Amino acid sequence: MRGRHNPSRRRFTTQLALGGLAAGLGLPRPVIAHPNGDHAHDPLPATNQIPGVLSIVGPWELTGLDPSRAGFMFSRMEIAETLFDAADDGSPLPGLAARWTQSADGREWLLQLRPQARFHDGSPVSAADVVHALNLARTKPGILGLVPIERIDAHQDQVRIRLKHAFTALPAALAHSSTQILAPASYDPDGVVRGVIGSGPFRLTHLQPPQRFEVERFAGWDGPPPAIERATYLAVGRGETRALMAESGQADLVFGLDPASLQRLQGHPTLQVESVVIPRTIYLKLNAGHRWLTDPRARQAISLALQRSGIAHAVLRERSLAASQLFPPTLDDWHVPALPPLHHDLAQARQLLRELGWHTDAQGMLFRSDGAQTEVFSLNLRTFPDRPELPIVATAVQEQLRQLGIRVTVSLGNSSDIPAGHRDGSLELALGARNFAVAPDPLLTLMQDFGPSGGDWGAMGWHDPALDATLDALQRTRDASARQHLRTQAAQILHQALPVIPVAWYRHSAALHPRVNSAGLDPLERSYRLSRMQWSR
Amino acid sequence: MNIQGISPVAGVLGRRGLQALLVAALVGTLSFFLMRMLPGDAAYRIAAGRYGYDLVSAAAAEAVRVELGLDQPWYLALVGWWAQLAEFDLGTSLVTGHAIADDIAHQLGHTLLLAFCAMALSLLIGPALGILAGLRPGGAIDRITLLGATVLRAFPPFVLGILLILGLSVHLGYLPAAGHGEATSVVLPALTLALGLAAGSCRIARDAFSQVVNSPYYAFGRTKGLSDRQVLLRHGLRNAAVPIVAYLGMQMVFIIEGVVILETLFAWPGIGHALIHAIFWRDVPMIQGCVLVFALLFVTLNTLVDLACLALDPRRRH
Repeated sequence: MRGRHNPSRRRFTTQLALGGLAAGLGLPRPVIAHPNGDHAHDPLPATNQIPGVLSIVGPWELTGLDPSRAGFMFSRMEIAETLFDAADDGSPLPGLAARWTQSADGREWLLQLRPQARFHDGSPVSAADVVHALNLARTKPGILGLVPIERIDAHQDQVRIRLKHAFTALPAALAHSSTQILAPASYDPDGVVRGVIGSGPFRLTHLQPPQRFEVERFAGWDGPPPAIERATYLAVGRGETRALMAESGQADLVFGLDPASLQRLQGHPTLQVESVVIPRTIYLKLNAGHRWLTDPRARQAISLALQRSGIAHAVLRERSLAASQLFPPTLDDWHVPALPPLHHDLAQARQLLRELGWHTDAQGMLFRSDGAQTEVFSLNLRTFPDRPELPIVATAVQEQLRQLGIRVTVSLGNSSDIPAGHRDGSLELALGARNFAVAPDPLLTLMQDFGPSGGDWGAMGWHDPALDATLDALQRTRDASARQHLRTQAAQILHQALPVIPVAWYRHSAALHPRVNSAGLDPLERSYRLSRMQWSR
Repeated sequence: MNIQGISPVAGVLGRRGLQALLVAALVGTLSFFLMRMLPGDAAYRIAAGRYGYDLVSAAAAEAVRVELGLDQPWYLALVGWWAQLAEFDLGTSLVTGHAIADDIAHQLGHTLLLAFCAMALSLLIGPALGILAGLRPGGAIDRITLLGATVLRAFPPFVLGILLILGLSVHLGYLPAAGHGEATSVVLPALTLALGLAAGSCRIARDAFSQVVNSPYYAFGRTKGLSDRQVLLRHGLRNAAVPIVAYLGMQMVFIIEGVVILETLFAWPGIGHALIHAIFWRDVPMIQGCVLVFALLFVTLNTLVDLACLALDPRRRH
């Protein structure tokens, strides 16, 4: 072909150059004009796919095999099961436990296991195995520490859980991945997990920590056999790489997309982007014990200074994610539509701070003179980069509070800096993204966050006995209408006192390859729903 | 044989062996102190690494503190590490609980594979183009390679990596974008690294070669009637190889810097990736293990370069 143009080579060069230029400028994927004038909506390159193996990519790394550490990854891939499962709204569904009863006083629960359930080593799942796994889970940090358990034992072929007092959120706690039931052969004599032998529809076949593992359909699964036979999970640390893996057709299901990549992928001709609002809220945790923040008016002023819809629009790319209250509408039972929405009103915020003795200087910054001493209103805000939008939201908050006259310095560190600062009292402001569905019933998260001594991720220096009483009553009350009343009451208390200041809600998204028919995203982030997916061709 | 009766090869090996021991002790100890000096409570960092941001709490951190005995005085921890090291035991990771030697063996294999492929690719590209450029300094090839090398060197490996993914993976589908476990997964990260390496070695080869070509012995080779090919093979390559090989040793720094960034970009499970996570999670024994391996790798590769130069250049043997 010497002396003639090689069209494929020219196309390659153009694409490489355009692709490169586009990436450099942060532009979307270039569309190459074909000789006939059509635009090439190229199908995803097929060469990158492995036939018959579903490839899932996410940001989460495997830091250990114990259910308390990476249990959530084995739950999502449906390798290990918990006694309870949860519906999209968080209500309990049968898991390994097919049926359950509780005594009249709510202190004794009897759980009947699925009779045909088998571990991946072929052994049947017995009540003794469940007791063994749960008693080990109790010795580790996790959700079970919140449950007033007196004793767990096997009663004939049932699991019997005896509580110190009635506890309505027990099914939610037993749906948490740290309470996974693994076969006795998974543990060494010291109770350390050496292998993950679960009872789910998929069995672990290859483990390459911290980034990769493979599963295949378990022939002994007692439910309907999944259509997907094999799948891999790969942890990819960088958001841009994850997005490129979706675009190159290499990955079938990609989680953890940053807002900019997400916007680009939404315009992609062949990839599908699925999303669902999840019960996670970005909020400002603040030290209400700090002398400037003790008065609720100071916290209200900070709340009034936030332009939530601006943050939701500019950072999360969706204005409706601006938080009008702590609980997002997806938490039907906790979201109270009647509450007056949190709003932006800088004039009112300034007025509230004037009532507290703050004045503005020539630069518009707040100061307060206390006799001989003058102090300026400056606070430190801690956040962490694990969720990529948090640092950006933090700087937006910084600027919005500057407009009110508060100097904010942003410290970008490790997620543990927030609980650490809570414990040693050094924390002033923190920005986090709290998942109210860590266990499917938000009550468990609220007990951790707003208990009598506050919570690592919740209240600091703030305590309301009325909220204690409400949360306590919720643990014990089984009557549905009384429970609804209590939830509304809790939401109202948090809305009025603002021990934490909600900023935005969350949308969970994933890019999906067209060769797969998804079963919808799980709003509780408990499962990838692998067993319900189908190949589309 | 030199004056002391020690062969030059044994001299190199002895000197470098001693250096390796010193470097290992120093680097491991230094990283221990650096980690201790960082602000923040290690128990909390480790708990965040183990349980993730949704579940990290003061209770988890306290459990970690008790389990790992983090309250013990620093000198006990350091002496403990030295004692373990003396028994060739790197200890266990504070976050994953795995034996560090096993983890590093797995990761080092991946890093070495990546580094080897990158080096091999860069040798195919860099010195070959450099020699062509050096044969005719100021010629078209010289000017094109100068431009190419400048552009490639100016791009951080991170940006170059993304451009290559966009071109070769997203648009053309020739190669997987990232990940590992498939035979072709190594190509893109290796190519990214190789282009940066080749940009350097191409210029060094060009300078070395133009010097050789303009030397009196090269001219003499020609006047005595050797053909272009003969004079290149007999007098050109070997003389130009010495600075190139020495430069390759220096490129190790570029490779190490490159793998730390590229392994994360390409989700390649190497030691650079492990080191970043270990630092973030304050996994001190893991950091010490990784840094130790890096240091020993440096010493080993420098030793190999010394030996190669000895083999190439007879003047160094006396």
